[in-house]
Amino acid sequence: MNPSISIQNVSKSFGKKTILKDIHFDIQEGNIYGFIGPSGAGKTTLVKMIVGMEVPDQGAIYLLGEKMPNLPILQEIGYMAQSDALYNQLTGKENLTFFASLYKLNKGERLRRIEYAAELVNLTSDLNKKVSAYSGGMKRRLSLAIALIQNPKVLILDEPTVGIDPELRESIWNELLRLKNEDGKTIIVTTHVMDEAEKCDYISMIREGSLIATGTPEQLKKQYAADNLNDVFLAAGRM
Amino acid sequence: MRTIALIKRILLQILRDKRTLALLFIAPLLILTLMDLVFNGKTVNPVLGIENGKKQIIQSLKEADIVVKNYEGVSNTDEVMLKYDLDGLLEVKGEKATLTLLNDNPTVAKNLEMKVRQIFNKRAQLQLLDTNNIQRKQLQDAIIQTKYVYGSSDTELFDTFSPMLVGFFVFFFVFLISGIGLLNERTTGTLERLMATPIKRGEIVAAYLIGYGLLAFLQTIVIVLFAIYVLDIVLVGSIWNVILINVIVALVALSLGILLSSFANSEFQMVQFIPLVIVPQIFFSGIFSIEGMVDWLQVFAKFMPLYYAADALKGVMYKGLSLSDISQNLYILLAFAAVFIVCNLFALKKYRKL
Ligand SMILES: Nc1ncnc2c1ncn2[C@@H]1O[C@H](COP(=O)(O)OP(=O)(O)OP(=O)(O)O)[C@@H](O)[C@H]1O
Ligand SMILES: [Mg+2]
Repeated sequence: MNPSISIQNVSKSFGKKTILKDIHFDIQEGNIYGFIGPSGAGKTTLVKMIVGMEVPDQGAIYLLGEKMPNLPILQEIGYMAQSDALYNQLTGKENLTFFASLYKLNKGERLRRIEYAAELVNLTSDLNKKVSAYSGGMKRRLSLAIALIQNPKVLILDEPTVGIDPELRESIWNELLRLKNEDGKTIIVTTHVMDEAEKCDYISMIREGSLIATGTPEQLKKQYAADNLNDVFLAAGRM
Repeated sequence: MRTIALIKRILLQILRDKRTLALLFIAPLLILTLMDLVFNGKTVNPVLGIENGKKQIIQSLKEADIVVKNYEGVSNTDEVMLKYDLDGLLEVKGEKATLTLLNDNPTVAKNLEMKVRQIFNKRAQLQLLDTNNIQRKQLQDAIIQTKYVYGSSDTELFDTFSPMLVGFFVFFFVFLISGIGLLNERTTGTLERLMATPIKRGEIVAAYLIGYGLLAFLQTIVIVLFAIYVLDIVLVGSIWNVILINVIVALVALSLGILLSSFANSEFQMVQFIPLVIVPQIFFSGIFSIEGMVDWLQVFAKFMPLYYAADALKGVMYKGLSLSDISQNLYILLAFAAVFIVCNLFALKKYRKL
């Protein structure tokens, strides 16, 4: 299978501080990849470079065969930022409609996608409320709905389930798995929750800007001789 | 298409924000009305005390709108003036007179002095010419005759700088509100979020210019109509030219506001641009005479958009100039806007490299 995303020897610094060092790996189509690593490791920076919001200092990133950054390819990327970026004076529906109209969707499709995305994150009954009246978790869910709005081939979600209750978290993960299995979507998720990492097909562990391990959850457990991913995380930290 | 979506969203956001709307549409009208009231207030007639005044002199003084009070045997001039609250005291001795002015308000003092001088000069001349009554009457009319190139003897101070005020308010409010608009987009992270969508930098700048431009256009029309029909500000030239000038002023303010917002990190920092960018422009917009300034300052004035705006507005509203007479001012204003817009495209590069 073709790699959906190819990250080739990417390095990035902000000022004198090196944030990412020579990251190199491929992401296969139709899989869920989990990025784990301590706070400040560089996960968000890497994710932003994949979306094309940051440009690598060295190396290159290809997404669906196109070198990033690339405007037309953004039609195929659904991005959920770590911090919610929403228009607070507008209602949830107006936010969804606005973001939907930035993509190529005809009117019928747009309405259907808005309905679907709102349903998925359980916001249908709150769609006509202003975002300023939303709770933290509701905002997070709206951000996720926006990431899904144009039915992209690739989903890039930066800590999507922070502040979301376990029940809804479960249903969101079931939907992500369904999107992968039925629609063949490629999904990248950064997370600090090892239960969620366990659900990924592959895990990439990033520490201090370096990729220290990539593999299925089973492979990583074997590699670090650990029973669960929590221990893998801790063992990797001690090395 | 994306631009239209963005414009719709910008307008929707502003419609939700009642205070901003009020700032945009009501505040300028309020301030204009206030200034109109302040500057067009009735002038209070000066009070002049007089000692040994002849009937004729007193008569002439009263005709010149001076309140005259008689005093006899004044020994301490200052004391009398303060005690009776006089603006001046005229002590006549034969054909000579001494005028003491209170001078707590230089404008009042100058005005009073001028009037008294005129009356005495006229008397002196009339006494020289020992002629009959009819000739005397003719002469009285002929001594000083005033003609006006612009305006008339009814022209009030407010009339001469109200055109510039209209332009200033359009500039000020559009600058502030558009600047803060884009600033909010940055501080809430939505601008960065937009960069994960296929929108182009040019589309963002265009949407901001058109969205806020529409509001600025409405605001301009409201201000101009209000100034002309409610406040009765002089308008000799065409109202369409006034609107055209103000729309261009709004465009300059818009592009400058959006540009400067990228150098501010909070709304408070945006407000800090007011003393730097807005206030200096007031000095060069025609309230003060620019010809009287030091040379280097005059050169400085040439870099102020409001200098050209005020010149054009005064030209149309007060002097009745036509569009071709002010076209150079408009071209310069458009050039300002073009430069700011290009700078905007570069400023957004911080967010999107494409
Ligand atoms: N715009 C920036 N300018 C300077 N430094 C930055 C910038 N963005 C991120 N950094 C630095 O890069 C490093 C990695 O940040 P990043 O947000 O990628 O971490 P992360 O792995 O996502 O952390 P977390 O799990 O807390 O979200 C941090 O040390 C941060 O200070
Ligand atoms: Mg992060």
